[in-house]
Amino acid sequence: MIFGFQTEFFQIELEEGLDDGPDFLSEEDRGLKAINVDLQSDAALQVDISDALSERDKVKFTVHTKSSLPNFKQNEFSVVRQHEEFIWLHDSFIENEDYAGYIIPPAPPRPDFDASREKLQKLGEGEGSMTKEEFTKMKQELEAEYLAIFKKTVAMHEVFLCRVAAHPILRKDLNFHVFLEYNQDLSVRGKNKKEKLEDFFKNMVKSADGVIVSGVKDVDDFFEHERTFLLEYHNRVKDASAKSDRMTRSHKSAADDYNRIGSSLYALGTQDSTDICKFFLKVSELFDKTRKIEARVSADEDLKLSDLLKYYLRESQAAKDLLYRRSRSLVDYENANKALDKARAKNKDVLQAETSQQLCCQKFEKISESAKQELIDFKTRRVAAFRKNLVELAELELKHAKGNLQLLQNCLAVLNGDT
Amino acid sequence: MVQNLQKLCSMMTEKIFLQIINSLRAEATEEVSLDSPEREPILSSEPSPAVTPVTPTTLIAPRIESKSLSAPVIFDRSREEIEEEANGDVFDIEIGVSDPEKVGDGMNAYMAYRVTTKTSLSMFSKSEFSVKRRFSDFLGLHSKLASKYLHVGYIVPPAPEKSIVGMTKVKVGKEDSSSTEFVEKRRAALERYLQRTVKHPTLLQDPDLRQFLESSELPRAVNTQALSGAGILRMVNKAADAVNKMTIKMNESDAWFEEKQQQFENLDQQLRKLHASVEALVCHRKELSANTAAFAKSAAMLGNSEDHTALSRALSQLAEVEEKIDQLHQEQAFADFYMFSELLSDYIRLIAAVKGVFDHRMKCWQKWEDAQITLLKKRETEAKMMVANKPDKIQQAKNEIREWEAKVQQGERDFEQISKTIRKEVGRFEKERVKDFKTVIIKYLESLVQTQQQLIKYWEAFLPEAKAIA
Repeated sequence: MIFGFQTEFFQIELEEGLDDGPDFLSEEDRGLKAINVDLQSDAALQVDISDALSERDKVKFTVHTKSSLPNFKQNEFSVVRQHEEFIWLHDSFIENEDYAGYIIPPAPPRPDFDASREKLQKLGEGEGSMTKEEFTKMKQELEAEYLAIFKKTVAMHEVFLCRVAAHPILRKDLNFHVFLEYNQDLSVRGKNKKEKLEDFFKNMVKSADGVIVSGVKDVDDFFEHERTFLLEYHNRVKDASAKSDRMTRSHKSAADDYNRIGSSLYALGTQDSTDICKFFLKVSELFDKTRKIEARVSADEDLKLSDLLKYYLRESQAAKDLLYRRSRSLVDYENANKALDKARAKNKDVLQAETSQQLCCQKFEKISESAKQELIDFKTRRVAAFRKNLVELAELELKHAKGNLQLLQNCLAVLNGDT
Repeated sequence: MVQNLQKLCSMMTEKIFLQIINSLRAEATEEVSLDSPEREPILSSEPSPAVTPVTPTTLIAPRIESKSLSAPVIFDRSREEIEEEANGDVFDIEIGVSDPEKVGDGMNAYMAYRVTTKTSLSMFSKSEFSVKRRFSDFLGLHSKLASKYLHVGYIVPPAPEKSIVGMTKVKVGKEDSSSTEFVEKRRAALERYLQRTVKHPTLLQDPDLRQFLESSELPRAVNTQALSGAGILRMVNKAADAVNKMTIKMNESDAWFEEKQQQFENLDQQLRKLHASVEALVCHRKELSANTAAFAKSAAMLGNSEDHTALSRALSQLAEVEEKIDQLHQEQAFADFYMFSELLSDYIRLIAAVKGVFDHRMKCWQKWEDAQITLLKKRETEAKMMVANKPDKIQQAKNEIREWEAKVQQGERDFEQISKTIRKEVGRFEKERVKDFKTVIIKYLESLVQTQQQLIKYWEAFLPEAKAIA
């Protein structure tokens, strides 16, 4: 996998594998359902992002598909897509009534390099005021940060596509196929101000409605339990995600301090006249190395913990949205029932009322059925993802702590040997 | 928890001091059997260092009873005598500052610290004793030592800094963590101050120091208050000094001094930079600790609401691990500060004292120079009087010439003396600095090792819990 960077200041081409990228889906889920193990569906449709290019203010993703389905003209093909096109696809799912009964995979967040770009700019401006080593060190640091954000955004876009490809119904969506195959620009522009305002009002109405609808007690125990559970879970995941973020950021700040301490010790070591200069140089080296490990710890915590929580924040919101849609259809059904009763009593427009009641009933039952399965799958996915990430987090923390310990002990052995 | 921190801190400083004592002991025996490094700086002040080996008889020399000394007499003791005593005595003295206790109420309240001395040196009447001292007593001690020794070239360790804000909080009676932290910081600083002072062989002989350590009643040092008459006088003098420094143009005949001054200037800058970075680290680690604690609570809540039993249990375990890690971060931040950061700030102030000593040398030179100029003038006057043939004025002029010749000689002797003293002092200081830094930094790295070992323990305990999620 090749990532290319092109910013105002640096042009970097790096080859990186996504092997340590975030992995919110368990292995089973990539093309497989945890319960219905269907090996064929794996070969039927495989999607991934094979390449990405970061330009001034947009990121271009190369979406690569391998499929044995007859719907596609070829068995293997690639197209270039931008973030807005992913959003268009997601929104088309949301707006499709047929998918009301499914958890729509949450849209990937917009790639945000602003903070990183600002830092790079400040570094460029301040080049004259620091030593060459300091400048090189900081440049490397910022490049690593940029790369990390880049890898994350690629992974999140990929996860979205994989979730769609794994879903037995959504993978057949026509828009999805167009997205994968059509090798011209989809001409999907971002929403203009008017549309954004419309969206805003729609959301407001939806949340107000959600409050009304959620007041309706559910007859079905399963859904009642799920609703209470999801509400609480969503809030707590939100809190945990925010706190985890702050924790990883503090960790990174401390690691950056090690960097500066290492530089100062180096300066002391090169300028001192006594025999302590060797000592300082060794300790400076230690701080440089230990800093790299601490930075990795922070990055891994970010990947395995913060990102996991952030993703399940979005997924739990999508699950909540599903429950809302079901409740909405239940209310509609009940209203249709009432309307039918009224029509029968008045003996007016009975047929119309009957048809509408039938439709509402069908819709509600269809949603309920698929929703139940979706929520069960959600739980399975969640448990598997947490397990995988927590295990990997613990393993990585151990690996880094052992590495750190080794470094420190080696350094101490040398220092104690010298004195 | 604060008491634990206090105990931890005093344990650590004791450990550091013990290690220093042990290495000093080892060195002391080495020193006497080979060329004494203490002697070398004196010898090397001559252009051709002639190293004369020290015979072991100095070890057998009896400990000299120095009780007969009074303050001014100390300068007349020959350097050799001082050396003998220093080499004969192993620096067997241990100082601890502990048990801060609030005495009194309101704005007149103060903290009293227990100063405990453990020693086998014969100049003290007992081998273990303790007294109660307050902060201004320490300042008073420093002020006395500085007035006696600084201007002849001895590097007198500076006392800890005053803090009006910190003390006011304590006086007012705020029993919160920041005032306990302040008291602990001050206690540790006072301990380090005393330990450094007694390590100095010349200062150890000083009767004021002995009185400070031994006598149960000490006259209050009022002149140490910032806004007292003496305090204001000090400030005026400092300003005058600063002006003088700028106007003295010294002909440096000895490149060693110029080199050393430049070195100390550089060292000062570097240490300040390093200190700033370490302070930032302390701050961020404290932040990390707070954020980790917050996350731990949040993870526990999440675990509670998770309805899959095994995952719920694992999340609760994660919360526990993070809580323990928060404790680790706090302890590490503590070590960061008390070992690393305070070491640096101590040395930044010590270097200021070193610079002060160099400045005194300049003033000494100026005095000598002025005496020479005045002598010249007096000689001119004599010549004029001879031409004008005024016999009584001539006699007066001759007297004055004799007077100023003596002053010039004294000035030259003083200048040479202070130069020699400074050379020796700087040599001693550099050795101490190297030892200090090495010891403390190694101790600090060991604290980092401990943190990593604990981390490994915690995560190893958590891993099977995570794997157990079914």
